Amino acid sequence: MSMATERKTPIRVLIAKPGLDGHDRGAKVLAHAMREAGMEVVYSGLRQTPAMIVNIAVEEDVDIICVSIMSGAHLTLFAEIMELLRAEAGETIPVLGGGIIPAQDIVTLTEMGVREVFTPGAPMAAITACIEGLVPA
Amino acid sequence: MDQPYEQSKLQQAKERWEAERLDPALAKVSRPRMPSDVKQQRLYTPLDGDGRDYENDLGFPGQYPYTRGVQPSMYQGRLWTMRQYAGFGTPEETHERFEYLLNQGQGGLLVAYDLPTQLGFDSDDDRAKGEVGVVGVAVDSLADMETIFSGLPLEKASPSLTMNAAANVALAMYVAVAEKEGVPAERISGTTQNDILKEFIARGTQVFPPRDSLRLTVDVIEYCTANLPRWNAINICGYHVREAGSTLVQEVAFALANAITYIEACLERGMDVDAFAPRLAFNFSASANIFQEAAKFRATRRMWARLLQDRFGAKQAASLMFRTGAGSAGSTLTAQQPENNIVRVALQALSGILGGVQSFHSASFDEALAIPTEHSALVALRTQQVLAHESGAAEVIDPLGGSYYVEALTDQIEAEVNLYIAQIEADGGMLQAIEDGRAQAQIAEASFAQQQQIDAGEKVMVGVNQFQDDSDPKIELHRPNPEIVAAQIAKLQQLRRERDNGADQAALVRLEDEARGDGNLMYPILEAVRAYATIGEICGVERKVFGEYQAASI
Repeated sequence: MSMATERKTPIRVLIAKPGLDGHDRGAKVLAHAMREAGMEVVYSGLRQTPAMIVNIAVEEDVDIICVSIMSGAHLTLFAEIMELLRAEAGETIPVLGGGIIPAQDIVTLTEMGVREVFTPGAPMAAITACIEGLVPA
Repeated sequence: MDQPYEQSKLQQAKERWEAERLDPALAKVSRPRMPSDVKQQRLYTPLDGDGRDYENDLGFPGQYPYTRGVQPSMYQGRLWTMRQYAGFGTPEETHERFEYLLNQGQGGLLVAYDLPTQLGFDSDDDRAKGEVGVVGVAVDSLADMETIFSGLPLEKASPSLTMNAAANVALAMYVAVAEKEGVPAERISGTTQNDILKEFIARGTQVFPPRDSLRLTVDVIEYCTANLPRWNAINICGYHVREAGSTLVQEVAFALANAITYIEACLERGMDVDAFAPRLAFNFSASANIFQEAAKFRATRRMWARLLQDRFGAKQAASLMFRTGAGSAGSTLTAQQPENNIVRVALQALSGILGGVQSFHSASFDEALAIPTEHSALVALRTQQVLAHESGAAEVIDPLGGSYYVEALTDQIEAEVNLYIAQIEADGGMLQAIEDGRAQAQIAEASFAQQQQIDAGEKVMVGVNQFQDDSDPKIELHRPNPEIVAAQIAKLQQLRRERDNGADQAALVRLEDEARGDGNLMYPILEAVRAYATIGEICGVERKVFGEYQAASI
């Protein structure tokens, strides 16, 4: 909490729902938690393509992208997001993942450059703390 | 029964017990209470049944107001249907899994479609990338539906087609398969989920704007009423509302408010309530809180009977029956220590059975990690079989009836849900609540509150915020097979080359004309399906005419 108050400008977070998955309970809960932690939240809405997500991230000038996916399409969609992001914005915007993602896929996602992956049961504070840690003040 | 004199004597005795025995005991030692969706006392007595009239408020099973069950014999006649949600990969793989499940004693099929199919995209659509055959089976055209169902005992399979925005296409495909298999329309039984309103507030597979969506839903109900007497035209779901984080009261309130919206739309189309109400079925959530869930099912049965009789003037007994399936509350299952979920699922199934549901889907213990393996799906089915044959819960009708606690809870849930529905209606009804984003916001608020309770440790989740254990769970998970995508796409492209494209195009043109008018689209869709039009083509026409819904932001 203290880190948020020390910042000159609030952290801008993009919460993105790629693919066709409609489960947005986690995305909404986190949007609420992040706002309470003093962050500005941009929500992509449902069913965004990787290109749309990267565009929003660049246009909205966000500090971090949190990608939520429950549908099992994570390997394909994260790969595209990471590749497009590298092309559009270099390595500058960190990406977090969350959803129903088996342990062995977390390893693959981390290799792609996803900084951290949160699965069901992760406390909200752990996620906001991770964001605070990844975005320099 | 109780005389006022005796009531007041009892009241005094209770107060004395509280002051002299309970409070001092609690002052010595007490533990925090579990957060609860409905406010509960520590003890219930005959005082909590004051004013309840047995025949009017409870009655006998199979009789108004159906509080104790919709059939007179309940599980003494026939057990509930054990209907497991299954489907993945290609139609061929799903056919095999269905055959296996039916051979293991499963009573009905609950067909899981992949997301592109649910949203009306063909498997080779750009937007389907990464999603083909992942959360369910890919069905591009009638040919795939034939593969899934051909050779299965259609009259016994009683499949539940878990489709909403494109429920009309799914139903048309099943009807066409039945025609080919020689099963007459009046003999086929099953269910289309077809509950689009809950997609907007909870599950997120809506495609068209709310009012156009409602038209398509009513098309299916009207078609079933006219042609498929044994088909459940709609499965109105509280399940997903609860899964999206709502409270128990919100689950029932939103489901019933959606049901009211559908009924009113059917009446507006000139249908007779007794012609379609018997074909409305429900699907609710079952958590491990067995008493509250059982009370919920009892309360909802009574509310439904009263709603249909008093408000909509239904006269047929079948119109008044709240027939419901229930499913394990998947969101309460944990990724941590996944074997614990077997115990949770057993309690969830027990709560459904004690609540007198007509069918149950028990989730697999790997629910929070992946879609089930054959092994985990079998354990889930066996769980229900143990409850059915070893627990004794099916041996007495409505075994919790008469419990001071459960009867009081039943009354309380009914009262709270009625208040909630009255507020929804005072604010302009469900369509308005969806268009304003109000229903979505209320559910999100409840879900956030729940997460706060979990994070604060007030709501204990074993293995998550207490009794943790960092060791890696050694369980085998289902892996989607990426090779099936190419095969599915090749089959689809071959179909497009080999079918009679003239017939296909003509059917799509007719569909577009009808969509711009006000006819029932089930008929032109059935014609298109018979001509092997793909789901992407059919929904593409609807997208062109109705446009796509853009959700309010969060």
